[in-house]
Amino acid sequence: MNEVKCECGHVNPHGTVLCESCGNILEEKERQKQLVDMRYEGSARRSQTYNKTIVDKIWNFFSSVKVGVWLIVVTLVASALGTILPQEMYIPPVGTAAEYYEDQYGWFGKLYYDLGFHNLYSSWWYLILIASIGISLVICSLDRVVPLYRALNKQRVTRHEGFLKRQRLFGVSDTPPSSDSLQKLKDNLKKKRYSIREENGNILAEKNRFSRWGPYVNHVGLIIFLIGGMLRFVPGMYIDQVVWIREGETKVIPETEGEYYLHNDQFILELYDKENDGEVFGEALDRNGMVVKNYQSNVTLYKKDGDTVPGEEPELDKVKDFQIRVNEPLKFEGFALYQVDYKLNELNKMTFTLQEKETGKEFGEIQIDLFDPKKSYELANGYSVDVMSYFPDFEFNSDGEPATKSRIPNNPAFIFKMITPDNPEGEISFVAIQETIEPMGDNEYKMAFKAAETKNVAGLTVRKDLTLWIISLGGLIFMIGVVQGAYWNHRRLWVRAVDGKVWTAGHTNKNWHGLKRELDDIFAGTGLDVPKEQLTDDGKKG
Amino acid sequence: MVSLSSNLLYIAFVLYLVATAFFGGAIKGKKEGQEAKGSNKWAKIAITITIAGFIAQLGYFITRWIAAGHAPVSNLFEFTTFFGMSLVGAFIVIYFMYQTPLLGVFTLPVAILIIAYASMFPREISPLIPALQSDWLHIHVTTAALGEAILAVSFAAGLIYLIKSVDQSVKTKSTFWLEAVMYGIVSTIGFIVVASIFSFADYQAEFTYTDKNGVQATYEYHMPALIGPNEGELITEGRFAPIVETPAIINSKKLNTVIWSLAAGLLLYWLIRLVARKRLAAILKPLVKNVNLDLVDEISYRSVLIGFPVFTLGALIFAMIWAQIAWTRFWGWDPKEVWALITWLFYAAFLHLRLSKGWHGEKSAWLAVIGFVIIMFNLIVVNLVIAGLHSYAGS
Repeated sequence: MNEVKCECGHVNPHGTVLCESCGNILEEKERQKQLVDMRYEGSARRSQTYNKTIVDKIWNFFSSVKVGVWLIVVTLVASALGTILPQEMYIPPVGTAAEYYEDQYGWFGKLYYDLGFHNLYSSWWYLILIASIGISLVICSLDRVVPLYRALNKQRVTRHEGFLKRQRLFGVSDTPPSSDSLQKLKDNLKKKRYSIREENGNILAEKNRFSRWGPYVNHVGLIIFLIGGMLRFVPGMYIDQVVWIREGETKVIPETEGEYYLHNDQFILELYDKENDGEVFGEALDRNGMVVKNYQSNVTLYKKDGDTVPGEEPELDKVKDFQIRVNEPLKFEGFALYQVDYKLNELNKMTFTLQEKETGKEFGEIQIDLFDPKKSYELANGYSVDVMSYFPDFEFNSDGEPATKSRIPNNPAFIFKMITPDNPEGEISFVAIQETIEPMGDNEYKMAFKAAETKNVAGLTVRKDLTLWIISLGGLIFMIGVVQGAYWNHRRLWVRAVDGKVWTAGHTNKNWHGLKRELDDIFAGTGLDVPKEQLTDDGKKG
Repeated sequence: MVSLSSNLLYIAFVLYLVATAFFGGAIKGKKEGQEAKGSNKWAKIAITITIAGFIAQLGYFITRWIAAGHAPVSNLFEFTTFFGMSLVGAFIVIYFMYQTPLLGVFTLPVAILIIAYASMFPREISPLIPALQSDWLHIHVTTAALGEAILAVSFAAGLIYLIKSVDQSVKTKSTFWLEAVMYGIVSTIGFIVVASIFSFADYQAEFTYTDKNGVQATYEYHMPALIGPNEGELITEGRFAPIVETPAIINSKKLNTVIWSLAAGLLLYWLIRLVARKRLAAILKPLVKNVNLDLVDEISYRSVLIGFPVFTLGALIFAMIWAQIAWTRFWGWDPKEVWALITWLFYAAFLHLRLSKGWHGEKSAWLAVIGFVIIMFNLIVVNLVIAGLHSYAGS
């Protein structure tokens, strides 16, 4: 590789514009300009130097800020598209998504669905956009940070005249470089917390160089964040399950490999009421009607003791009692259980009596557990009832036959066989809520509904997310980097004696107004002229 | 306590109005050609009144917090009011950095409009639903609002830049879009005026209509219905019957409000133009004649630099922490979340264009204006139209 040797003796990498050491202009083109381009200290960026191989071309594509900004803008527009209609995860779970979008939003909804915008944020092209931003972040940063580090690390105190006079803030003081004025200047610089380096009476004062690394630090944070997001797709890193537990029920917690069990003691739903919750809310409650105050599941967490053979009842040790509320999940061993849903008054048990129609005489009660009905219920004196069929969520299917929609007892129906001494063969009766059908003609007996027992059900999300700490780390590093880059500015002042005069030049990576005001203070009382703005109205940069 | 709280807000509102007038005096009091560096008497009085107003509003915030038992940032009125207060706070800080009274002439009216806009929404203290019962409510919401407020200062500075730099002697794209911004501001005034008039007159008209699920429902309009609901029937007697009927998918009541606001805005806008025979931006131009463009550009950029990290912290990071606790996941592509991301992406693009592509001055000022439009979109349209998990009680 042909390296460039500057007249000061420093050897620069190929492609360097301004000598890393003395700032001398190494490229002829740059000499024509009134001011040097200080953006990356005129260092040799790979993307500006090589453009031959396919690797060079890919590198150059992703290292361009223009490409980066386009990626950001396209992602921005795409993200906005996804908010025009609700995403699939937010639509009510009835029927198919295709029907829902067309039903609700007409042709536009159909188009939206056909384009796949109902699941936009997990579409392949959206993920490619995010991935491209990730690649751009890595390459952009590497392309700039390495040469920038070299240039800032190798800069020397005495800078080339051509470099100094092409700085935005530049001044020549006719006063000879008396040690008094320079001493005063140095004192003032120290008061402003500049670190000062000297070489042959020339001065380089510098502060807050670390803020130059801010952008790269925040990019590292973003990359870590994105990696954290990707890890979610690794099996075992991320668990998202819902478990429904009825009051009084104990269930194994999914994904814990049968280690943990949860018992639901009670589910509580509380509403605000005007008497107890203070009158300040009175007006709001009058206008909005009911407002929920609390969703809460009182649970007990158990851990299995020892090994069990499948089918054997496990022995459980109590770990703790807990009240799960919204915003207060139950946490254990990397898992968290969240209160997310509920169902009030679900049918749980039903009680019927066997009754002789004519006399109304009763021959005993049966209580049916709707989640575990028995095949047959024996009553005294030779009476008994068989449950021939059970439909927890009864409907007539498309063939007109009785069927069940689900296993949840939303609308239980039974076919009973009532065996009595009068009818030892048994009488068949179909019993649903508010409905009785006697398919074999008139019966002498019937099953009369007596009572129902209901229970509340808690819907809990079981969550484990091993990516959280990586995501948090990424977020933290991003914040540090963005604050580092935004709240401090890298400021430098060069002072050089040239032919018995004092040359001064100032530079900052941003906030020129602030630097100018600071220089006014620093030069006060030194007898030296404050470096002046050389930039005219065109072509100013931040 | 509640009435003390509303009185303090009212006092703050009046003080901001007075302070604006004094800032106006501060820039008028200058001789031609003099830099708008304000250590003059008018500016001092103006900033003192602004601070007094800010303290009064802080008083409103604290007393309302005590009365409600939770930070008053839980519905659209409370959040928007707080946003207005943050804007004043951000202005005060930036005023002391750059000492430009002109910034007050533009920032305070924006804050006043925002607070007035907020009070058009239901103002009662509402109890918190379970998801909002968390300390993260005030941590997340206040930081996000503060970040947006600092970014809004950049809009005010950008607007000053454009009013000064855009040539009003010829008709260009720039003059058109600048007038569009002016019209947007005037329409907000239109909304406030119309809503106040009908609210004062206690206008009510009830409609029954068929909603998009084919179910009968009722709407209560508080403005005369130019746009009626789907198969709507006016129940209240002696009220204005709608001119047009909308399909069921559109919320006719909100659309009606929007049309009233835009129409009132248009009326106001044309009245001003007829009287002045100039574009609105041209009317404002003499106000900014003494300002240093470089300085305004710097203020605009500086506000973005200060506001961006605060916004990221409040609207994304704190938001994600809370979402993880309340909704089981830190990110769920809820419309409000997405629009916070869009805002963040936009300002990230802004910073890259400025730092690496050298977009400064007029280009940068336009970006600051667009950024504010996005923030307002997220505040108004996303809450009222798109809604989602963040649906504050509004209507």
